[in-house]
Amino acid sequence: MAGIAVSTTINGDAVEYLCQPDETLLDVLRDRLGLTGAKEGCGTGDCGACSVIVDGRLVCSCLVLGAEAEGRKVETIEGMAHGDQLHPLQQKFLEHAALQCGICTPGFLIAAKDLLEKNPSPTEEEIRFGLAGNLCRCTGYDKIVRAVQDAAQVMKGA
Amino acid sequence: MNFDPRYSGRNFSSVGTRPIRPDGVDKVTGRARYGADFNMAGQLVGRVLRSPHAHAVIKSIDTSKAEKLAGVKAVITAKDLPDLTDGDAAMYDILDNSMARKKALYDGHAVAAVAAIDARTARQALKLIEIDYEVLPHVTDVDEAAHHHAPLINDQVFTEGLEEKPAKPSNVTKRTQFGHGDVHKGFAEADFIVERSFKTEQTHQGYIEPHACVASVNPDGTAELWVCTQGHFVYRQHCAQLLGLEASKLRVTSSEIGGGFGGKTHVWAEPVALALSRKAGRPVKLVMTRDEVFRASGPTSATSIDVKIGARKDGTITAAEATLRYSCGPYAGSWAEIGAMTAFACYKLENVKTVGYEVLVNRPKTAAYRAPSAPMAAFAVESAVDELAKELGMDAVDFRIKNAAQEGTRSSYGPVYGPIGIGPTLEAVKSHPHMKAPLKANQGRGMACGFWFNFGGQTCTDLNIGMDGTVSLAVGTVDVGGSRASLSLVAAEELGIDYSNVKAIVADTSSLGYNDMTDGSRGTFSSSMATISAARNAIKILKDRAAQMWDIPVEDVTWEKGHAIAKGEKYGNLSPLSLKDIAAKSGTTGGPIAGHSELVADGAGVSFATHICDIEVDPETGATRVIRYTVVQDAGKAVHPTYVEGQYQGGAAQGIGWALNEEYIYGKDGRLQNAGFLDYRIPVCSDLPMIDTQILEIPNPNHPYGVRGVGETSIVPPLAAIANAVSNAVGVRMTHIPMSPPRILAALEAEREG
Repeated sequence: MAGIAVSTTINGDAVEYLCQPDETLLDVLRDRLGLTGAKEGCGTGDCGACSVIVDGRLVCSCLVLGAEAEGRKVETIEGMAHGDQLHPLQQKFLEHAALQCGICTPGFLIAAKDLLEKNPSPTEEEIRFGLAGNLCRCTGYDKIVRAVQDAAQVMKGA
Repeated sequence: MNFDPRYSGRNFSSVGTRPIRPDGVDKVTGRARYGADFNMAGQLVGRVLRSPHAHAVIKSIDTSKAEKLAGVKAVITAKDLPDLTDGDAAMYDILDNSMARKKALYDGHAVAAVAAIDARTARQALKLIEIDYEVLPHVTDVDEAAHHHAPLINDQVFTEGLEEKPAKPSNVTKRTQFGHGDVHKGFAEADFIVERSFKTEQTHQGYIEPHACVASVNPDGTAELWVCTQGHFVYRQHCAQLLGLEASKLRVTSSEIGGGFGGKTHVWAEPVALALSRKAGRPVKLVMTRDEVFRASGPTSATSIDVKIGARKDGTITAAEATLRYSCGPYAGSWAEIGAMTAFACYKLENVKTVGYEVLVNRPKTAAYRAPSAPMAAFAVESAVDELAKELGMDAVDFRIKNAAQEGTRSSYGPVYGPIGIGPTLEAVKSHPHMKAPLKANQGRGMACGFWFNFGGQTCTDLNIGMDGTVSLAVGTVDVGGSRASLSLVAAEELGIDYSNVKAIVADTSSLGYNDMTDGSRGTFSSSMATISAARNAIKILKDRAAQMWDIPVEDVTWEKGHAIAKGEKYGNLSPLSLKDIAAKSGTTGGPIAGHSELVADGAGVSFATHICDIEVDPETGATRVIRYTVVQDAGKAVHPTYVEGQYQGGAAQGIGWALNEEYIYGKDGRLQNAGFLDYRIPVCSDLPMIDTQILEIPNPNHPYGVRGVGETSIVPPLAAIANAVSNAVGVRMTHIPMSPPRILAALEAEREG
C-alpha cells in the first residue's frame, strides 16, 4: 500500500514522513516519529491526552489525520521547553504537584499553553472551562488550576 | 534483621517538606515512558477478539482464514494457554478471564487474539476469525442474579458459608457475616429505628492510560514484560504460572503508570501478549482501546444494601445491621465481605451484624477500586445515620461524635482499635468554617465519615551509596502518585542528608526481591518502613567505615545529621566525617556501601476521614452542582503533604463522579452501552470546585514515623456526603447512586405523588 508523503513542521523542525490514509496524526507522532509525549487515552477526542497545537489551534491529535499535517506547523509537548529552560507552566505544574500519575500532563500543558496565549489573565472559571476538554483522574483538578493561575502570573511578569 | 518499626516521636527535617518529585521533569516534558511508550526490535501489534454476547457457549473457533492473511504472525485461542493452574481456583479464573475457555461470560470477554506486522493487519485478521456461539440467557443485575430463578452463570457454584451445603447451584458464591452482641436485643432497646434499602451502580476506575504491555518470549524460555501495572512482581508470578515459565526467567519492568486505582492489580492482556509472542517468536505490543478498557478490564461492584440502625432518645446507637449484595462479575470474589467488614467500622457499637453475599453476574470481573467495596457500604450506612440523627432531632455531626469509635473500641469487623482518627476528624469538621457557611436556595449541605483498613505487606528495598555520596534508592512498590518523592524524603531524613542527594527508582523484578503490589494504600507506608530499615543498615556500615578511617572502636562512633561522630573527649580532635567523606573512601575501606531491607510491613494503621460538601440542585432539571467540598483525614504523618493533599482531592473527585454521574449502563441484550468517556462521563475541570483539605496527624504506633496509608480512604465518604447534601437540598432521601438528573427528578416526582 502506497503511503502518503507529508511535509510538515514539528516543533520548528522540518519533518517528512509517509503515512497511511487511515493513520491519525497521533499514530504518526507516536509510532513513526517517536514523539510519544502525546498519549492515547481514548482515541475518540474525549480525554485530551493527545492534545497538540496545529497552526495555532488546539486539537486532539487522535482526531486529525496524519496526512492533514501537510504544510502545517505542529507543536507538541516535546517542543514546550526551550533547551534546558522549562516553560513556566511546566515549572508550576512541578511546584504545585499538579500531576500524580502524569499521563494527562502533556495534554494539560499544551491546552493550558494555548489557553494562556489566547487569554493571559483567565479567571478560575475561564481556566476550568478552558481545560474542560482534558481529563485527569488523579488530582481533582485543584492543583492543576492553581498551577495555571500561578504560571499566568509569572508569564505576565515576564 | 532486628528492625524496630515502632513509632518514636522525633523532629523531622526532610519529612513534611514539599520538594519537587524526582520523576517530575520527565513527566512535564513528555519523556516519561508509560505502558504504550516502549518498543522492541521486530515488535508485532497484538489485538484481541472479544465476545459480543453476555453469555454464550463457544462451540467452535475457526482461525484458519486469519492465519493465512499476509502479515499475520500468530493467532491464539484458549488452546494456546493450556490449564497449568493445578487446582488453584482463583488462578483458573484469571486464566479463563484472560481468554474464554468454554463460555464467554460477558460482553467483551476475550475469545481469540492475533499478532501481526501492523495494527491494520491485526484488525483485519480479527474479522476473519469465525466463532460459532450458542447464546445463553444472561443476567447483569445484582438483585436479579441473586434470585433463584436467574440464569446460572456457573453450575458448579454452590453458596459457601451457609449452615448446610445447598442442594442447588446458585449465582451467590459466598455468604459472610461479621459483628458482635445481639442485634435483636439492641433494636428492642431502641426508641428510633431507621431501615432503608440502597443501590449503587457499577463504576470504573477510569484511569486515563489504557492497559498496555510489550511481551517478548525467547526460544530459551527467558522472557521480558514491559507493562503498566500496580504490581510487577505479582504480574510476574501470575504470568509465569499461567504460561509455564520460571519466574526468575521472566523479567517484568513496570512502566510509568497512568493511573490504576486498583484497576491495574490484575492480569488480563499480559498472559495473552506473552502467549502471542511465544507463538510468533517475536515481541508483541498489546494496548487496549478505551472501549476494551470499559468492557473488559475490572470495574467495581454494583451493589444492593439493606441497612437498619436503632438508637435511644439520648443518641446512643443500640443496634446496627446491614445486608450487602455485591456483584463480582462472572467469577467468585470477596467484595461483599469487604463491604460487610467496613460498613460500621466508624462506630462504637454494642450490637452489630453485617452479612455479605457475593453475586455472579454477566459483567466483567470486578476489580479493586480505591478502598474497594467501602464507599458503597458507607453510602448506605452514612445515609441511614443521617436520617436517624434527623429523627432524633440531633445534629448529624454531634450524633456521629457521640457514637464514634475510639482507641480500645472493638470494631464491627473484629479487631480492637489502637489510636484512631475518627473522633478527631469529626471534631475538626464540627469546628470547620465550612459547616457555618450560609447556603442559598436549592442548596444542601451533607457530611459523612469513611474508614479504610490500609495494608502493609511484603516489601524489599535497596539503598546504595555512591562514591560521590549520593544515594540510589531502589524500591519495588510502583509509584502511582509521587511515592518516589516521599521515599526519597524518608531516606534523606534517616541518613541526615539533603533530599537532592537521593534518587529513588522503581526496580524491575530481576533487580530486587519480591514486593506485593501497590494496593491497600501501602506504597509509602510499607516502602518507607523498608527504606528506614535499609538506611539504618547502611548507617551501621557507615559507622564501621568511619571507625576504620579513624582507627577507633566502632562502639565509639555515633551517627548524627549525616555525619559520623567520634564519641568522647579522647577524640576531641577528630572532625566529624560526612556521609560523602566516608563514601569517597569506600573503595579502600571495604567496598561499596549499601543497606538492604526485606520485611513484612505489619501494622498498617487504619484510616478515617470525614467530608463536607455543598450541592446545588436544579429542581427543574435534576442537575447538580458541587459548590464546596472539604476533606478532613488522618494521615498519621504526612511525609510529603502536597501529595497527601493530592490523594485527598483525587479520591474526593472520583467519589463525586461516582455519586452524581458515573455508571455502567447495560442494555437488555447484556451489552455495555456506554463504553467510552463521552457516555461514561467522569468529572471534568469545569464540574468541580477547589477541594479543600485538612490533614490530621494521629501517629500510627506501628511505623517509625507514624505514617498511615492515605490513598484510599478519601473515596469512602463522598457518595454518602453528597447523597446527604442532595437529600438535604431537595428534601427527599436519595437511595440510588449515581444521583443523575433523571434519578433526582424521579425521586422528586415520587415524593410529590406520595
